[in-house]
Amino acid sequence: MPPFDEMLLSESDVRQPYEKFFEWFAAQDTQDLASKAAEAESFFRRTGITFNVYGQEEAAERLIPFDLVPRIMAKGEWDRLALGIEQRVEALNAFLHDIYHDQEIVKAGKLPARLIEGNEAFLPEMVGFTPPGNVYTHIIGTDIVRTGEDQFYVLEDNARTPSGVSYMIENRETMMQMFPELFAQNRVRPVETYPHHLRRSLEAVAPPACDGNPCVAVLTPGIFNSAYFEHAFLADQMGVELVEGSDVAEIDGRIQMRTTEGYKPIDVIYRRVDDAFLDPKVFNPESMLGIPGIMDAYKRGAITIANAPGTGISDDKAIYSYMPEIVEFYTGKPAMLENVPTWRCAEEDSLKYVLEHLSELVVKEVHGSGGYGMLVGPTASKAECEAFAAKLKENPSNYIAQPTLALSTVPILAEKGLAPRHVDLRPFVLVSDKIRIIPGGLTRVALKEGSLVVNSSQGGGTKDTWVLRD
Amino acid sequence: MALLGRTANGLFWMFRYIERAENMARLVDAGLRISLTNLSGETDEWESILVSAGVERAYREKHGDYDPDLIIDFLVRDQDNPSSVRSSFDTARMNGRMVRTALTRELWEAINESYLVIKSVLASKLDHRSLPRVLDLVKHRCALIRGSFHGTMLRNEIFDFCQLGASLERADNTARILDVKYWVLLPEHSSIGSALDNFQWTSILRSVAAHRSYAWEYDGNYTAPNIIDFLMLNRRMPRSLGHCYGVIGDALSYLDRNRPEPAPSDELVRDVSNRLSSVTVRQVLNNGLHEFLERFIIDNNRVAQQIAADFRFYPDAPANTDGSQIQTQSA
Repeated sequence: MPPFDEMLLSESDVRQPYEKFFEWFAAQDTQDLASKAAEAESFFRRTGITFNVYGQEEAAERLIPFDLVPRIMAKGEWDRLALGIEQRVEALNAFLHDIYHDQEIVKAGKLPARLIEGNEAFLPEMVGFTPPGNVYTHIIGTDIVRTGEDQFYVLEDNARTPSGVSYMIENRETMMQMFPELFAQNRVRPVETYPHHLRRSLEAVAPPACDGNPCVAVLTPGIFNSAYFEHAFLADQMGVELVEGSDVAEIDGRIQMRTTEGYKPIDVIYRRVDDAFLDPKVFNPESMLGIPGIMDAYKRGAITIANAPGTGISDDKAIYSYMPEIVEFYTGKPAMLENVPTWRCAEEDSLKYVLEHLSELVVKEVHGSGGYGMLVGPTASKAECEAFAAKLKENPSNYIAQPTLALSTVPILAEKGLAPRHVDLRPFVLVSDKIRIIPGGLTRVALKEGSLVVNSSQGGGTKDTWVLRD
Repeated sequence: MALLGRTANGLFWMFRYIERAENMARLVDAGLRISLTNLSGETDEWESILVSAGVERAYREKHGDYDPDLIIDFLVRDQDNPSSVRSSFDTARMNGRMVRTALTRELWEAINESYLVIKSVLASKLDHRSLPRVLDLVKHRCALIRGSFHGTMLRNEIFDFCQLGASLERADNTARILDVKYWVLLPEHSSIGSALDNFQWTSILRSVAAHRSYAWEYDGNYTAPNIIDFLMLNRRMPRSLGHCYGVIGDALSYLDRNRPEPAPSDELVRDVSNRLSSVTVRQVLNNGLHEFLERFIIDNNRVAQQIAADFRFYPDAPANTDGSQIQTQSA
């Protein structure tokens, strides 16, 4: 069966959300569109919307290819999705609170204790501490894939420091500049309010030490980080300072930034530095990227850290397989969004099944990300499968496996016109005094025909993602 | 408005390096012109250009003998030379990325696009034919960046730190050019007034983009006192020491408005500035031009260091440095 195409049911039968776009597209000159695409690329390059690739000297800064055919969702589709996301995000935060307090879910026998105790993402420093507002994951990017008209799956809950939101905003900006008429014909919900909502969300969880207007700052590892552009972009759009570890010090019990006019306390820090590097006094002592003493200040209520340290325990791939139970345990209702069926290779029966069916499955490292260290069975060679099987047997608990999903496709503008390519979707969710879900998200698209790997580090591109108002 | 100390530092160095890239292009341009006329032993001339650029030792370590093609390559393209046009653009742009939240979109794009253009033009070796065009391109790009800066940036602290960087670098450069050539200007030099000297002077003026404006100010007579006056003391001349210190003084006095008392750098700047406005050319010559310039270059560096300290460019304790600070060595 061919994968579900989100635009075309057949050659002439267009799905409803795409009707107006398709009509517009049919009237366009393909040559003209191709030159528009080149224009978009030079715009991205000029404005420096690039990401850094580690270990590649010359091509150190690369563009993420942008495809100008938008991915469009109808109001109804989105609203259902949003409800499911909201439920899941609530459950994740309740789960984190529980894990760092009474661990009711373990006591209830719904989750094996070993998944918590032996997990690197679990931070003993967080035990018994409740962050301001009881919010753990202020920013979440839930990766969702689709396989049919009504069939969505959550692929991953990115609850640490999800990136990509700047592309969501710049993609929209680019589309509006290139094809303003499309936005007159289609009523598309805005995404450019994200930085505003982000700032409000962060301000709403100011720590007890804050008096007056909360001072927000973004903490970046620096200009050599792969997502540096995004860190600068968000700080800029929110109108807050972008700081590095060397700009900040603990002074008089507060975490303060060094300015030309003296030190100034930060109330809420949106950190884009991993837990391990956050505080050399507590975690990796070699870290030059973090802020010595920030954990202590955090626990004294002198600063809010977003996302909270230790949220990685909730988006771990081993934990992931328990998400249906987790959602039901904390919300009292079955999960509205489905999980992809997952085999935990740590379990003997599962491992046996996985090894027998390697050529049909996608196998991932439990702690991996970015599409590295994974095996896509159906497209892997026999030798690759065998090599992977060896790794798997060596350390089974390091892996999970999932069926190869027939990811939905959305056409891209290829040389010979429209051509279907597989996509996923990362909507961005803000959790604070309330939950704010930005209508849209980042659609990543595998530009190679037939490829299922959408990661930008491996040749994926992006699309503007529209949620229609009606 | 308080800026992050690191941001102020990035702005300061971004503009120092833009200025340096342009000065480098102008020096090479002047050298090229002299070598084309074959009036002097041409490698002497290139040697003095390396000295003006402050990279003579680095060049000799890498290449040994003076070879015009290698010298041009070293000054324009060589990434081992931190002050080459290419390296200067790299560093300026890297600092620009670091402080991009402080820049207008136009200014950032001017810097980023210039970096991309220069990088691609300088990717392969230059021949004599393409060199003048490339040097022009560098000057145009610097003009574009400066134009975006003056045309779009708010007149606030961000602006002031950029002005400080650009003016300190420019003053340093003008002083070095003069110092390398001071022997041409010495009154006891035997061939004063000869064709050779006229040519030397024109080349000096050309390297600071002022051979036409000199003629407007001094009726085209090349005399040592006039040239010294023009490049050092004349505040109408935008590359003179006096002019640069006028801009530096203004920028610091704006920055001082946010402080309970003037920054220590302010006093240093006032000293230098007073010296430049009270001294006469005659006095400079009597007490030694070389000595005057040498002292100026040292003071100018001291001012830069004091500004860095006054406005907290760097963390106080070495324990808090993170290694990602961009290399900003003064030449």
